[in-house]
Amino acid sequence: MKKLAIYSVLICSLFLVIFSSLTFGAMHIPFNEVVSILGKFFGAHYANVNTTYEGIIYIIRLPRLLLGLLVGAALGISGAAIQGIFRNPLAEPGLIGISAGASLMAVIVISFELSLLAGLSNLLGYYLLAFGAFVGAGIVAFLVYNISRTDGRANVATMLLAGIAINAFAGALTGLITYLADEQQLRTITFWMLGSLGGATWQTVWSVMPFIVIPLTILPLLGKSLNAFSLGETQANILGLRPNRVKTQVVILATLAVGASVAVSGIIGFVGLLVPHIIRLTGGVDHRFVLPASALMGALTLTLADVLARNLAAPIELPIGVITALLGSPVFLYILIREKRKLFN
Amino acid sequence: MLTATRLNYAIGKHCLLRDVSFQIQPGELLAILGANGAGKSTLINILSGEKKPSSGKVRLFDKELGDYLPHELARKRTILQQHNSVQLGFSVEEVLLMGRYPHFKHRPSKIDLVAVEEAMEICGVEHLAERSYPSLSGGEQQRVQYARILCQVWDQPESLLLMDEPVAALDPQYQQQTMAIAKAFSQRGFMVVAVLHEINLAAQYADRILMLKGGRKWLDGTPTEILTPAHIYSIFNTDVDVILNKQTLKPIVIPKQVNLAISSFNSLLPSIATCEKEVVT
Repeated sequence: MKKLAIYSVLICSLFLVIFSSLTFGAMHIPFNEVVSILGKFFGAHYANVNTTYEGIIYIIRLPRLLLGLLVGAALGISGAAIQGIFRNPLAEPGLIGISAGASLMAVIVISFELSLLAGLSNLLGYYLLAFGAFVGAGIVAFLVYNISRTDGRANVATMLLAGIAINAFAGALTGLITYLADEQQLRTITFWMLGSLGGATWQTVWSVMPFIVIPLTILPLLGKSLNAFSLGETQANILGLRPNRVKTQVVILATLAVGASVAVSGIIGFVGLLVPHIIRLTGGVDHRFVLPASALMGALTLTLADVLARNLAAPIELPIGVITALLGSPVFLYILIREKRKLFN
Repeated sequence: MLTATRLNYAIGKHCLLRDVSFQIQPGELLAILGANGAGKSTLINILSGEKKPSSGKVRLFDKELGDYLPHELARKRTILQQHNSVQLGFSVEEVLLMGRYPHFKHRPSKIDLVAVEEAMEICGVEHLAERSYPSLSGGEQQRVQYARILCQVWDQPESLLLMDEPVAALDPQYQQQTMAIAKAFSQRGFMVVAVLHEINLAAQYADRILMLKGGRKWLDGTPTEILTPAHIYSIFNTDVDVILNKQTLKPIVIPKQVNLAISSFNSLLPSIATCEKEVVT
């Protein structure tokens, strides 16, 4: 009942944010215009549509909105899933270096692509980028998991320290490549470090769609397995699951989503931490609920953050990573303080 | 029926189990006793399929343990372990429902929900149903875990119920209750195997006792056959008296008091009094 209420609140707010995202911006578009343009987009016949407004919505705001929804859902659900595998609410893709691994691979792909594979068509290039980011994210996830595991469960301190080390390593290499990069590459690389939805086009939306939609459909089905996982790997085994297979599935799907998100929008931190935490606080820890609800709320949060990023200092656009970090880091500190006794005993 | 044939288990050159063979029939409660390091936990983990024996076989009904699919085996055997941790704040009811996971795909059926309810009632944890598991005391957590593993095989008579030191963290009241529930399950047709430290609990509730020493099966028989002062001395190096409970005709084991001569605590270190004198001078 409570869960149903949370779902309905999330869906209603999502619609509100979607409309405000299309309405507000450097140019304000009246609400009734937005409705008629969307109506036309879905096939209804509206003769008197303002073509300037239509262009802004169709070419700029709609792909950006869709990308925000996809990336937000991806970050929310993969944060929740990775926390389930690590059995720890602090395991966030950004904090433990998964995003850094993805961005490092993305930067490597860019610098090679621009010099070697210039002939590749654009869409193929994007796929290559997303795949590279996925590989980077996956390597880091397996690495951190194995480093931090003692007696079959993740040790928090080791996990966070491994994350720091990997962030530093990836940062150093990314810095090195930045130092060697030419001006055009530099602009693309800087974009990765801050995180932005500014690069959204229909092409980027289509290119990440499969990498995010597949995890979004399969991960919620693994909720039961992740619940059993919180009893420990031995008990999960006794309950007839194959813990290693579950682990591999979740890590592949979650890193696929994170990798694809990083490839198109750079490192947007703290969404994967903030969102599942609020969901668990309000509706309980059952993964069968936390996973889909985190996807919804992730989409909501990122779209909202993007609306703020575009409008707070308009016409200047703030990097979206700044907004999510401002919202997320206090929550991170809060969890850390609340769980201090439990964590370091 | 469970048949263990010539089980061996070795880590490197350390042999933890040697040539252990035995059988359990449905309806039997078997207690495994033995001194520390005798191989009790190793044996029960092999019976659960968690550890693979270095050689030997465990046959459950018509198939060997290794030939079962994981979810198939999950409906036929369960194990209560000594250490259980739940990291996230699941409610007690949600933890119990996890015991039913082998029985449903995405939504629990009516049967699953009834099993959870009945198991909560039997174990006396229904008043904790809404509580968050990590907020419970150690003993309450243990009882919730017991209820969870009972859920797993609730409607599967003849399955295998394994328990590794089930009463370690419990008050006398719940020690008796835990064993009484295990006994009732064995009478319903389950095969129950419990590793116990408390000899008298085994004497009260077990149909059969298996004594391990140094990884070997030392003794196997009814409590009255096994629990004699000579046998207990050979396993635990402890002098005991065994008397018969005239009401239940079960043996009661009473350890004899151990007296140590105070002179054996004489020390070569200078006494505190002498030390102080030296500081003064």
